[in-house]
Amino acid sequence: MREEIIVRVGAKILTPFIIMFALYVHFHGDYSPGGGFQAGVILTAAFALLALVYGLAAVQRVLPPWFTRLCAALGVVIYGGVGVVTMMLGHNYLGYNALAQDPKYGQHYGILLVELGVLVTVFGVMASVFYLFAGRGRRES
Amino acid sequence: MTAQLPILQVIVPLLAAPICAVLRHGRAATWLAVLASWSALAIAVVLLGQVMAGGVVSYHIGDWVPPIGIEYRVDIVNAWVLVIVASIGAVVAPYSVTSVEHEIASRRIPLFYAAYLLCLSGLLGITITGDMFNVFVFLEISSLSAYALISLGRPRRALTAAYRYLIMGSVGATFIVIGIGLLYVMTGSLNMADLAELLPGVWDSRTVKVAYGFLGVGVCLKLALFPLHLWLPNAYAFAPSPVTAFMASTATKVAVYMLLRFFLSIFGAAFSFDVMALDRVLLPLALVAVVSMSLVAIFQVDVKRLLAYSSVAQIGYMILGLSFASVTGLTATLLHLFNHALMKGALFMALGCVVYRIGSVHIDAMAGLGKRMPWTMAAFVVGGLSLVGVPLTVGFISKWYLILGALEKGGPWIAVAVLVLVTSVMALVYVWRVVEAAYLREFSGDEATREAPLSLLAPTWILVAANLYFGIDAVRTAGVARQAAEVLMAGIGS
Amino acid sequence: MSLDLFVSHYNYWVVILLMMVGFYILISRGNLIKKIVGLNVFQTSVFMLYISMGKITGGTPPILVGDGHGGDAVEHVVYSNPLPHVLILTAIVVGIATTSVGLALAVRIKEAYGTLEEDEINRIEALVEASE
Repeated sequence: MREEIIVRVGAKILTPFIIMFALYVHFHGDYSPGGGFQAGVILTAAFALLALVYGLAAVQRVLPPWFTRLCAALGVVIYGGVGVVTMMLGHNYLGYNALAQDPKYGQHYGILLVELGVLVTVFGVMASVFYLFAGRGRRES
Repeated sequence: MTAQLPILQVIVPLLAAPICAVLRHGRAATWLAVLASWSALAIAVVLLGQVMAGGVVSYHIGDWVPPIGIEYRVDIVNAWVLVIVASIGAVVAPYSVTSVEHEIASRRIPLFYAAYLLCLSGLLGITITGDMFNVFVFLEISSLSAYALISLGRPRRALTAAYRYLIMGSVGATFIVIGIGLLYVMTGSLNMADLAELLPGVWDSRTVKVAYGFLGVGVCLKLALFPLHLWLPNAYAFAPSPVTAFMASTATKVAVYMLLRFFLSIFGAAFSFDVMALDRVLLPLALVAVVSMSLVAIFQVDVKRLLAYSSVAQIGYMILGLSFASVTGLTATLLHLFNHALMKGALFMALGCVVYRIGSVHIDAMAGLGKRMPWTMAAFVVGGLSLVGVPLTVGFISKWYLILGALEKGGPWIAVAVLVLVTSVMALVYVWRVVEAAYLREFSGDEATREAPLSLLAPTWILVAANLYFGIDAVRTAGVARQAAEVLMAGIGS
Repeated sequence: MSLDLFVSHYNYWVVILLMMVGFYILISRGNLIKKIVGLNVFQTSVFMLYISMGKITGGTPPILVGDGHGGDAVEHVVYSNPLPHVLILTAIVVGIATTSVGLALAVRIKEAYGTLEEDEINRIEALVEASE
């Protein structure tokens, strides 16, 4: 597809919107359907689209495999970290009320942070899985 | 801080896992894993102490009060299982330091430990949680990491073994989800304690009985009860040695715990035994498992596979204890959870030493090893005697309670007691085959074969010593097991 | 069983049909990829089971009507039960993880044996065992 000008330009134009949509799905996740899982997959889809059109190597220059692996681990640490912070503040694990004076905001921040962890992990894992399967050489048997 | 222990039990290994995955040096990941497993053991021991002193410990995640929020609930039963899992984890982790460097490519070592810690935290999570759906989530955490761990084995058959386990394990887990869903339809609750209160009201419903069946089949797939055991022998035989030692001593034990928790605590012992006739379903399966799998084990030439089949037989003993439907029988089951973890752990670790030195566990390759690797083979012999059930080893204690339970019931159950003795002799036969090869045949391998390094022998002998110690002084273990059995059988009398 | 009962429980019939289709593929096919397809269909039937039991006729998606902070929430709105959806979101993620581990194993098996057919793999292993 490297020669198809419409596909190349189309993918280029779409990519920022897909990424924006992923962030919308994430940050609006507590008012409407959405959240970290969906956002992470949509975010990966943006890069998968680029990889299909421009080739794997081009995308891996922007988003190297070591980075996706780091993301996969980092998200879990963010998620668990929120819980550890609430524990240090004297509440139970993932007791979001600890995060702000007003429990309403505490819950809000808590769920956003946890979902951010989910977003990062899902993005990292899905991108890593995509790289692993796409990067595997086709060996004829 | 002690109030936070139940959650720390799970998140210490869970959070150490991603950190392991990004570490570049195998050594750093190794020691992080060892540290995390040791802390898990310390937490488990303190929790058991707390439960023995002050009764049930309940922890509310996110400050949400159960039954709405997820509750971690530790009573004497799961505190006991937590100690079993965590102590095996704490012994296998340092053992794997040397073993893994030998058996797994160095760039994969950090990932190996990440998967190992995930598996450990999954198993601890299944045990500690008081929420049905949480059980499924942790079950999948431990299973998915277990598939990855098994596929790391050197022979290519490790891949097909892991694949088969994946298919059967996922079907089992899906059955469990169906069961949980049906229970949720009937009661609107996922909290175990809450379910236990709500279920008697809907005992007559067919949905509840169907849910019971789905949960039963799902859990039995996971614990490799006789006709559903097909994934186990290959998975254990081809996995890397520390993985086999870890899985054999923990994964099936946690599945047995799930069975006890679901059927005796949630549905209630009265419903299980009186309405669903659980004992009459499990008894024949357990007997067939013990006899047929011991027989199959006798004819194996790969010693790791031999022990894997023996594991299926030993699971039969645990289920046999349950099928007595009495406190003594259940005490035998719970004791055997611990004792079997000790003996199989020691045996598979001794085999890991053999793999480290001669690269094979074929029975012919092990000929004459008794002189070349005296400490390793001595560990194997003690573990083997324990498997047979010779006095002064833990195996004897389990069999003692099992036979006691059978005699207590009297009548035709005497035959069951006799069968336990007969199968012990069968265990003697398969253990003897290995011992005969190692001590009475001539060594024909490489002249340079030496004893395994201390870093492998020390953890192995810790388990061997535990086999002997708890075989001689069984007061404490039997006491805890009996207390736990009484909790599980509450409401049905003995 | 009356026709009414049959029709009013149609969601369960769909679930059972899907479940059996998936399970049959899983058991009957020897190809490792097709087995995973079967496993996926099988798991999807359970997702359907959960989702359909959370639905209340006339219920809206469980999103708070009003200013979003419960200020002027409308009292009489009927919500569908959100909990099964949340559970199944988790189960879907688990399903994806299982699928990708399964496919990764299938790729490795294909590289090691040169085939994805179960009976051919068994034949290769039998030959290896016989030659030892």
